[in-house]
This record gives sequence, C-alpha cells and structure tokens, in this order.
Amino acid sequence: MEGGTEMKVMTIVQAITDAIDIKLAEDPTIVTFGEDVGVEGGVFRATEGLQKKYGEHRVFDSPLAESAIVGSAVGMAMNGLRPIVEMQFCGFVYPAMNQIISHAARIHNRSRGRYKTPMVIRFPYGGGINALEHHSESMEAMYGHIPGLKVVIPSTPYDAKGLLISAIESDDTIIFMEPKRIYRAIKQEVPEEKYSIPIGKAKILNEGTDITVIAYGAMIREAQKAVAMAKKDGISVELIDLRTIYPIDKQTIVESVKKTGRMVVVHEGPNTFGVGAELTAIINEEAFLNQEAPVVRVTGFDTIVPLPRGEHHYIISPEKIYYGIQKSIKF
Amino acid sequence: MFKEYSPLDDKLFQVMDNDGKIINPDWMPDISDERLQKAFKDMLFARQADLMAVSYQRQGRMFTYPPNFGQEAISGGLAQVMRDQDWLVPAFRELGAWLAKGATLKEVFLYFMGYEDGTVFKNAKNITPISVPIGSQLIHAAGIGYAVNYKKEDSVVYAIIGDGGTSIGDFHEALNFATVWNAPVVFVVQNNQFAISVPFKKQTRSINIAVKGIAYGMSSIKVDGNDLFAMTRALREAEAHAKSGKGPVLIEALTYRRGAHTTSDDPTKYRTKEEEEKWSITDPLDRLRKYMVAQKLWDASQEENLLAEYKKEIDRQFEEAENYPAYPLDDVFRHMYVDITDDLKEQKVEHEKFLKWKEGLK
Repeated sequence: MEGGTEMKVMTIVQAITDAIDIKLAEDPTIVTFGEDVGVEGGVFRATEGLQKKYGEHRVFDSPLAESAIVGSAVGMAMNGLRPIVEMQFCGFVYPAMNQIISHAARIHNRSRGRYKTPMVIRFPYGGGINALEHHSESMEAMYGHIPGLKVVIPSTPYDAKGLLISAIESDDTIIFMEPKRIYRAIKQEVPEEKYSIPIGKAKILNEGTDITVIAYGAMIREAQKAVAMAKKDGISVELIDLRTIYPIDKQTIVESVKKTGRMVVVHEGPNTFGVGAELTAIINEEAFLNQEAPVVRVTGFDTIVPLPRGEHHYIISPEKIYYGIQKSIKF
Repeated sequence: MFKEYSPLDDKLFQVMDNDGKIINPDWMPDISDERLQKAFKDMLFARQADLMAVSYQRQGRMFTYPPNFGQEAISGGLAQVMRDQDWLVPAFRELGAWLAKGATLKEVFLYFMGYEDGTVFKNAKNITPISVPIGSQLIHAAGIGYAVNYKKEDSVVYAIIGDGGTSIGDFHEALNFATVWNAPVVFVVQNNQFAISVPFKKQTRSINIAVKGIAYGMSSIKVDGNDLFAMTRALREAEAHAKSGKGPVLIEALTYRRGAHTTSDDPTKYRTKEEEEKWSITDPLDRLRKYMVAQKLWDASQEENLLAEYKKEIDRQFEEAENYPAYPLDDVFRHMYVDITDDLKEQKVEHEKFLKWKEGLK
C-alpha cells in the first residue's frame, strides 16, 4: 500500500462488496450471481448496489439451485468469463459438491490445461450468530482436502478486500469463506484503491517467543483475547492468522514453531481430520526436534453444531484457547 | 379431476371465489358444519400464533421465524386429509400442518428458540423433522412411499416444498422416483410467489409448476391454495389416487407469502405495496369467513373473544417454551450416534475438565 492513498472505514461485508465492485469495473468478463444476489444484494448485502451499477447481465439472481449455480459458473469459466458465485450459507453448498469436486476442481487437470476455471465460490461460514440448522458449520478442512481447490478465509476487512481481489484474479477455482460472525463486528480503515494480498501467505499478527497460536477467520478475535490473557501471566504468544487454508503457508508456521517450540491450533470446525491435524503433521515433519510440547488443538467437537441454545457449549471462547496455551506451556 | 384441470392448459382449480361464493359447486368437498367450524378455528389459531411468533421474535425472545401469514388454507386442507398413519414430510413453513399432525405450538417455538427438541414432535405420528436444505426432503418422501408399498401399509405421504425448491434437482429426482415406484406420495408445492427475494417469474419459464409433473408421468393440478375448499377437494382426490396404486400426485397450491421470508428478511427491498394489496384480496381466512358468515356457520362477533382466548393459550405455550430447561452439554453429544464413539466421549470429558479449570479462573 502506498502513502497518500484514500482510506475508508469498512466492515468485512463492505470490503467484500468493494472488492467485487472494483473488479467488475475493471474487467468486463466478470459476472456475479446466486440466490438473492441481484435485486436484494445478497441476504448479507455483500452485493448491495452492484446490480444497479453494472446491470442485470453482470449481477443477477439465479433460480434456487446450488449445483446449477456452480455448474453454470464452470461452463462460463470454460467459455471465457470469470464468475463469482455466492452460496447463501456454508450449509447450503452441499448440493453443489458434485460440481465442485467432479468438475470445478479437476477440469484443468483432466483437460491437460486446455480449460481453466477461474472462478470464486464465496459463502459465509461459522457459528456464533444464533442461526438455525445448516447455517453455522465450518467445513474448511473438507474443501482443503479436495485436490484442485484453493481455500481462503479472511479475518479483517483489509484482508477480505485484498484476498478477494487476488481470488478473483486467480485462474484457479477459489473457495472464499467469509466469517459471518464478524461480518459487521470489525471496522477498519481500508484503502479505497485496488490492492491485493497474495493467496497462500499467513500473517504474523503478534510476535512472541514462548508459544505459537494459529487461527483464522472469526477465531482470530477470540485468539487475540487469549493472547492478552496470556500476556498478563507473562506468556509471550506469537499469533498467526493462517488466511489461506490451502495452499498452507508452511514456511511461516515452521519458522515460528522453530522459534517458540510450542503450537496451539484453533478452529471452529470439528477436530478429527481438521486443519489442526494437518498443521500438526507439518510440524512433525518440519520441526520435530524443536518441539517442547505436543501440539494442542482447540477446536469444535466432532459433532454437528448444536442449535443456538446449545451453541455456547460448542463455540470456542478465549478462555478455551488460553486453556490450550496453558496446557502446552505446562507440559 | 386431473384431466379436467390440466396444468397444460394452465387451468386453476377453484371452488370458492374471493367473496366467499361457491363458483364450482360440482367440486365442493363434503365437510360437515362442525368440521368446517373446526377448520376455520384452527386456521385462525395458526394465524394468531404466527403473528405472535413474529412479534416474539421482534422482542428478541426467539432467534428467527418463517411466517405463514396468508398461506393457512394449504395447511388447512392438509388437516382435512392427514390421518395418523399418513406421513408428513415438511420443509419449514407449515405451521398449521405440523399442528394438525399433532405437533404442539410449544415445540415449534422451541425449535425457533434454538432447541433440537422442538423438531422431535414426539406426540405426532409419522412426521419428519423440519427440513431447512431446500427440496432434499422430497426424496425421502419417495423412499417412505416405497416402504409404504413394500410393507403394504395404508398410508399416504404428504411432502411439502415452496416454489423456489422446484428449481433444485432434488425436486425433479423425487417426482421421478416416486412415479417410477408408484409411491403413494402427494407433493404439495406452496407457490407463494417468492424464494426469499426472487419472484416466481425468475424461478422458471414454465406456465406453472404443476405442468412439471406431467413430464414425469404423474397426475398434477394447479389449485387455488387460498381456497380451503379447493385445497381439501384436490387433496382428497390426490389421496384416493395415491391409495389406489396409481402413483404420486403433484399439487401446486397458488398462494402468497404475505409476511417476510423469515424475520431476518425485508420484503420492501423486492416487492411493492400495490402487489401486496392485490394479493390481500385473496386472503384464505377472509374468504372462508365470508362464506361461513353467509351460511350462518360463523358469528364474526364472537371472533374477538375467541382470539383473546387464543392469545392467552399462545402466550402460555410460548412461556412454557421460554422456561424450558437449559441445554445440557450432554445433549451436544448423546444423539450423534446410536453407538457413540470413544473419541466423542473423550472430547466431552476434556471439555468438562476445561469448564472446571475455567471456574477456577474467577
């Protein structure tokens, strides 16, 4: 970011709208569509005002069918467009899984590079907003496990804009997961002009020496509170925002753990076969002898996210992250 | 009936007009006066509960709620045909049908307050849980219908979806499977004109929804969903059809969602007051009331007292739901599997250790 640029206070949702807006203005091959995306501007208002600005042929409502939304985006991408599609909630992506796994993620490979699928599949994910069934899950590990996809999760308005611009400009299929719990909870000064943040690069939010905490999305805010609790007790935490689930930034993680010797991974999604398991494997492979304690995973249970009255049991609190930090430190 | 009112000609099956006059006496269903009075009262109760649910939600006492306002005659018709042994496979906007099947209002409130217990409907026979993913439950209806035939049961399966859901592949797969298997399923599409903000005309270019069933080889009909008599008669014909082994039926029930999609939605973003007013003339309760008053089956002056009674009852059930016991940790885990895994047991124990540690922090 260069000096003198105009700044504007934005929420994550506004930063997402801004990124799509900038790219729509710049590149006529970009279209964006999905359920309620056009007239309504999305149920979370992430595409608010864009249909008016760019017309119904570029920003539009589709019939209700996630599989057809993703599948038609694959077709558009094969014929020269760069679609951005919205799935209304994380739990509504599943009808589209066949198109995602069987086509979007593999056409480039199976056509030996003849066809690309430059498209972004964006959707809100995560719990903590008292939502009903299918509105609260965090299935990033599932997408990370599908060869051919890149998976991005921002945690701030600044990152949301920069990462989404990179995602739209990428020639690969990007799963862009938006932490809806903090859609409007965080406001930040964001440059009005275009900028991008590279996919696949984690960010060190807080340098520390005693222990590394890795989180992403809505868990960053909770982790920051845990870092403050640890600081009071004289524990110096290095907090890393993963930002991209795949490709995972091994270098930043490994370097940090080599320095601190301890790692706590935080995610909302289920524990087993989760992102934490992958990070643990990386540390075992790359920094085995540097570890002072086993990796601690502070994650969701291996259960369906309970409906709102039971969600507090599931949701990860700063205290639970701090408990994980303590567990590692006291090992 | 299905030949006479062919969806290919875009015919609409109606018995009563907007003024409550019987315009199609040949097809007037046979309903006793007492039964009709009960049907009207049930619809009135459902509407009152629905309006109060929206207001409870506005007061922050419930997380969300999908209003049924204006669609009561569809559930009202289902109430006339559903027997204990029949199955109800709902989506999420069928308050009257849930209640008719034996669910309690308290349970419905519990669900939208965020308790899984609220969708168990433990006193209702043969009802599946509230289904939020769009259209997928219709395929279960085909499977339940297959099992009905297999077990030679005397049951009909009533499966409900909205107009938006007819765009999803599962809807088409369900119709096809049910027809191929001659499954005794009655699919009811509540065509309330909107899938959240997306109007019917953007959902499909078909002249109507019922016509889609023709392609699968099933009997289909478009019915005035705000006409209790038309709904009741069409459902009875469909029931007889399904029970006679002729396979499933598709009923498109034409209606209008007078309220929002859910309490999180703002319809002023995508429709006009004029449109809402135009549809309000077709309101199912107003029409039925006009008919009943003209027939001297209803004294509208007693309605106020009745509503006061209903309000008390609805408040009572809501307060019971509000005083429902807290959600124990064990409830997160214990229904995940029939045979719970050791891993889950350990996760629970570990979480309890954390909770103990957290107590010590204070």
